[in-house]
Amino acid sequence: MSKLLMSIAFTLAGTGFALADAGGDAEKGAQVFRKCASCHMVGEDARNRVGPHLNGIFGQPAAMVESFRYSNAMTEAGEDGLVWDYDTLSRFAENPRDTVKGTRMSFRGIADPDDRNDLVAYLRQFSDNPADIPEAAPTTTGLDHSVAPEILSIVGDAAYGEYLSGECTSCHQASGQANGIPSISLWPEQDFVTALHAYKDGAREHPVMQMMASRLSNEEIAALAAYFATIDQ
Amino acid sequence: MGQLDRRHFLSLAAGATAALSAPMVRAGGHGKPRVVVIGGGAGGATAARYIAKDSDGAIDVTLVEPSRLYYTCFFSNLYLGGFRDMNSLGHSYGNLAASYGINVVHDWAVGVDRDAKTVTLAGGHVLPYDRLVLSPGIDFVDGAVDGWSVAAQNKMPHAYKAGSQTELLKAQIEAMPQGGVYAMVAPPNPYRCPPGPYERVSMVAHLLKQINPTAKILIADPKEKFSKQGLFEEGWQNHYSGMIDRIGPDFGGDEVSVDPGEMTLTIGGEVTKVDACNVIPAMKAGRIADIAGVTDGNWAPVNAQDLSSKIDGNIHVLGDACAQGDMPKSGFSANSQAKACAMGVRGALTDSSVFPARFSNTCWSLISTNDGVKVGATYEATDEKIAKVDGFVSSTGEDAGTRQATYEESVGWYDGISADMFG
Ligand SMILES: Cc1cc2nc3c(=O)[nH]c(=O)nc-3n(C[C@H](O)[C@H](O)[C@H](O)COP(=O)(O)OP(=O)(O)OC[C@H]3O[C@@H](n4cnc5c(N)ncnc54)[C@H](O)[C@@H]3O)c2cc1C
Repeated sequence: MSKLLMSIAFTLAGTGFALADAGGDAEKGAQVFRKCASCHMVGEDARNRVGPHLNGIFGQPAAMVESFRYSNAMTEAGEDGLVWDYDTLSRFAENPRDTVKGTRMSFRGIADPDDRNDLVAYLRQFSDNPADIPEAAPTTTGLDHSVAPEILSIVGDAAYGEYLSGECTSCHQASGQANGIPSISLWPEQDFVTALHAYKDGAREHPVMQMMASRLSNEEIAALAAYFATIDQ
Repeated sequence: MGQLDRRHFLSLAAGATAALSAPMVRAGGHGKPRVVVIGGGAGGATAARYIAKDSDGAIDVTLVEPSRLYYTCFFSNLYLGGFRDMNSLGHSYGNLAASYGINVVHDWAVGVDRDAKTVTLAGGHVLPYDRLVLSPGIDFVDGAVDGWSVAAQNKMPHAYKAGSQTELLKAQIEAMPQGGVYAMVAPPNPYRCPPGPYERVSMVAHLLKQINPTAKILIADPKEKFSKQGLFEEGWQNHYSGMIDRIGPDFGGDEVSVDPGEMTLTIGGEVTKVDACNVIPAMKAGRIADIAGVTDGNWAPVNAQDLSSKIDGNIHVLGDACAQGDMPKSGFSANSQAKACAMGVRGALTDSSVFPARFSNTCWSLISTNDGVKVGATYEATDEKIAKVDGFVSSTGEDAGTRQATYEESVGWYDGISADMFG
């Protein structure tokens, strides 16, 4: 049994009430969700991006969103009985890498318990009746940079991307293991292309990534996106 | 670009250097082409892995490396500072053999016959090759520091090849009397890991501050300037004020001798009694490069595109041992060069495509807990050398959050490059 499941079992025994609403403020939670929104969508029309969409997540076992390729660790956690509720979501949001070891989610976590309560209360709204999932606030969708449609429509050559990927894998692990340097494996191509252009255009700060991206042509970025989107781990 | 094949695309995009794919070559009479790689470090392990992985069994790869566990020099300073244990720096070759079909031979290469194209091992075996890759790292220049020789390395460790030397140095620092002196003789350019000695000073200071706060650190340095100097000096001022004294060439830092028996260090004629003495002498290519006859002076000159030797085109020299141009001698650089070399070797021995080589390097250094800095650059192959294109360096006065993020990134990099070397 994983550490998470053990601690959850303990909580259940202690309170008998893991599904209880911890009294978070959904409106404040929408603000907290900004931290998640560079990878996750929620609300009407939400789709999978770097992370799975989060509609209907309450009461679902982990790794249940169709057509999203989860890490083995997350899939196993779901098979082992991890179900998302107030408590499990809050723990996961506190420290993803510690709670599900081997998750590809590269996120430092949210330390403040009130922020987590608010976040979970916010997410709860998108799990009620699938028919009337509320529209999410504009901050919670969309990519953080806009890239010209003709750039997004370039079809990347994955084989060329494989050659170029050698420059990435000195730091980013092909397996998707992430600890201090984010995973770039299995991202949707659009997100990958957008992120690299955000560095290239100087809209995202990071000296190493700005330098690397500045040398990549539009075709090369598309090729890398195609390779990492389908990388066989 | 979907319809264009990528070789075509590249030759349009990148001009004359692209698309050098050669027809399938099967070396004279024997079956598969054979590559021998000497040295299983940052350059050699990466090259062996990429040649084997990307040729899918079409090339026979043998890796010759005496050690069963490779202890990375990178992060060995963090071991001195107490941020890593030695076990976390050791890597075995099991996966290169099991998952990539590389023939890993634990032995020393002692001879190279360039006419017969064979390598002789200390155990007596002779390995034929079609291409030979040398990534033997560094050795020390004899007589570089007056009074020091490899025979004295237990009294005055270099700890510039990681493992027992690093453990010895740490034990000697821990055994220093209260208020004692740790001295470092820093190397002249060019040498392995330009920020390495100064990251080491930071980590030794971090250790001493906890166990021996009145101790002093004395650096004798033959160089006017050093890598990330402003960042290190700012950090030393912030964290270890009054502890570190660096003597540059103006004050005799380039006129140094040691007496390992007496444990003294003489700088510009002035004798100092020291309690731990870390002598990092001038460096040259690992000896096997000399034996193979591919060196010119201390290093092995190579062509930029595929790291092939300028003296013998069937031999490639990677990493610290080669003279390639603008890249610093680092693990990151060796790993980057290994991929260009692997592509070149595959292109020469099978009918795979060869693209224009590109290189990059980033070196992170830790100054104190959660106080990380970095310097990096990208490079391209020109006719003459590996030439710098663009670079960056952390700034002085950065906020604590940035420094912590930089440190955390370096931990991620360590895992990334280890996976890229050993699979
Ligand atoms: C204290 C310190 C800190 C460092 N920190 C960093 C850092 O943070 N980042 C970074 O990028 N770099 C760092 N480096 C530099 C980095 O370790 C080297 O640049 C890198 O290891 C060079 O790779 P290489 O393949 O040339 O040599 P090595 O990695 O040294 O590998 C050479 C291998 O060849 C083997 N060998 C030698 N001769 C023979 C022979 N005759 N037969 C068979 N095998 C042989 C050796 O046993 C060795 O395993 C640091 C170095 C030091 C000393």
